[in-house]
Amino acid sequence: MVTSIHPNREKNKDGEKYNFEVSEGDNLLDIAQANDLEMEGACGGSCACSTCHIIISDPDKYDAIPEPDDDENDMLDLAFGLTETSRLGCQVKMTPALDGLEVKLPAMTRNMQASDFGGVNPKHH
Amino acid sequence: MAPEKLCSAACHHAFNTTRTAEISIALRSFSTATARREQEQSHSTTEHNAPGPAPRVAIIGSGPAGFYAARKLMREVHGTKIDMYERLPTPYGLVRYGVAPDHPEVKNCQDEFNQVAQSPDYTFVGNVELGRDLPLPILAKHYHAIVFSYGASKDKEIGLEGEDKPHIYSARAFVGWYNGLPEYRNLKPDLQAGESAIVVGQGNVAMDVARILLSSVEALQKTDLTSYAIETLKTSRVKHVHVVGRRGPMQAAFTIKEVRELIHLPGVNFSPIPHHLFPPNSKSLERPKRRLMELLQKGKPHDPQATKSWSLDFLLAPTHLDWEPNDPNTLRGVTFTRTALSDPSSPSSPVSNTPETTTIPTSTLLRSIGYKAEAIPGMDRLGATFDARAGTLQHDGTGRILMLDTPAPAHASPHAHAQGDAALYCAGWVKRGPTGVIANTMTDAFQTAEAIISDWKRASLNSASTLHHPKRGWPGVKTQAAAEGHRLEKVVSWDGWHRIDEKEKRAGAMKGKPREKYGRVEDMVEAAAAGGGGHVH
Repeated sequence: MVTSIHPNREKNKDGEKYNFEVSEGDNLLDIAQANDLEMEGACGGSCACSTCHIIISDPDKYDAIPEPDDDENDMLDLAFGLTETSRLGCQVKMTPALDGLEVKLPAMTRNMQASDFGGVNPKHH
Repeated sequence: MAPEKLCSAACHHAFNTTRTAEISIALRSFSTATARREQEQSHSTTEHNAPGPAPRVAIIGSGPAGFYAARKLMREVHGTKIDMYERLPTPYGLVRYGVAPDHPEVKNCQDEFNQVAQSPDYTFVGNVELGRDLPLPILAKHYHAIVFSYGASKDKEIGLEGEDKPHIYSARAFVGWYNGLPEYRNLKPDLQAGESAIVVGQGNVAMDVARILLSSVEALQKTDLTSYAIETLKTSRVKHVHVVGRRGPMQAAFTIKEVRELIHLPGVNFSPIPHHLFPPNSKSLERPKRRLMELLQKGKPHDPQATKSWSLDFLLAPTHLDWEPNDPNTLRGVTFTRTALSDPSSPSSPVSNTPETTTIPTSTLLRSIGYKAEAIPGMDRLGATFDARAGTLQHDGTGRILMLDTPAPAHASPHAHAQGDAALYCAGWVKRGPTGVIANTMTDAFQTAEAIISDWKRASLNSASTLHHPKRGWPGVKTQAAAEGHRLEKVVSWDGWHRIDEKEKRAGAMKGKPREKYGRVEDMVEAAAAGGGGHVH
């Protein structure tokens, strides 16, 4: 079966997507990392962080994935750019029903802080 | 040296699995990793720089900020040489000394850090404290860039009279104590003084402290929580923990995973939160806050068999400590002023005091109102300014403190920053303040690394740039330190850390735990020595 990943994290940029032949049981974090895409899995895929946050492009495909449990939802709550069809990549396993699944990698930015607006210029004496 | 891990796939995709899915992933990952490695090894020049000396970077601090910055630099500018300075003999920063022992999966990022450390371009310089063992300005001439990523080594005080007396602890110290931080090996918290403890502050550190105080010792004994702390917890009389906050549920700093875990702790009751403290229309809140309010409002059914309990006590600001009349060193209670929120539904609502006060009886107080970074002596000579009020280094917003090739100031003293000296950067808590989880620090470290890489691209186009001059890094630092009379005898290398690591794991295996941490620096140093012994206690 096939899954497609839009690797480009910038907003509003359609860009290319990569298609991968995958097998049942492969999870999206492992698929992305095996193919050298820019997806972190800081906790090693154990649902203890939000760095593998992905966005499912098709709402119907999103519904075909078993619902996230409290643990996953708790981690998703911390993810930047959370959407209605967000999941943790490490928790989404490919099944025949998900053949053709297309996902996007969200923009990866830190939390905004006051210092983001009008920062101090670096020193040039 | 430990065998290098080539494949970036999780190790549970073992080759003895019969699942073709996992084998195919593992094989693809393996071939990608070997192809990348071959590419790296065949390049003596880099994509970004003209042929020339490899950039040399000193990273101060070996926690997530330092390691993620190092990883990005080494991946994107092939040949970058990193020397990572760490004041302890052991690496990983708060991943080792902050993350709770019952949250081992959070420490998995160490696997990534280990992969960085395997590179021949990476050198770990452990047990060297800059500003104390080694003057910081010595680094200036031996690197193209210095990155400050040493986090926050102090905590904020409430400012109460008597806060330095017995039975008052910093949560940071308590966490360090049970996690084996040598600085707090002898904290000896008195958990027998009474049945109640108050934690002031409602962030995730407060959650960890409450959970460790209330969890069954049987469960904790199988973790890497230090044995000396287990012994103390075994005799603890603490039965109720008040986790007290100055503001309300919508403003508290804890995150939902940690609260859920505490609420569902077996054998521990959770006091219901008064309904009027919640926003009236929680269904219209954004998802993270909505789920959190729902969780807090739902609480947990009271268990008459439970012997322990905890509560979230909101809208209370501590004003003074009450001591036993007969013994000024025995805590009797804490008096609070009731506070009021201007806008209870807003996460950033201002809060003010009311005339009302209340006293909560307790024998033990832990303050958990935030960590605080401090400057390294000699920073100003290098050209960095530490903002003591903010607790952060001054930078341009992305982590740049001082650019490469910056001329020396006019009328400068001989020891001030010179034109060919290292550029300065910062990453992590010392850059943004001491908040956020590992994922936030990781993203921040990537941002600093991107700034460095972009600066190098520009510098490489300038034929006069210092970037084209080779720098000696740690060997140069050692030579200059010796010449100036500084003795650096017990530097711990990555191999030395590996020896400490192996001994800790073996000592832990005998007790059915992942590791038994060394609690003293001298024992770590002894264990790090080749052929060294070292008793774990």
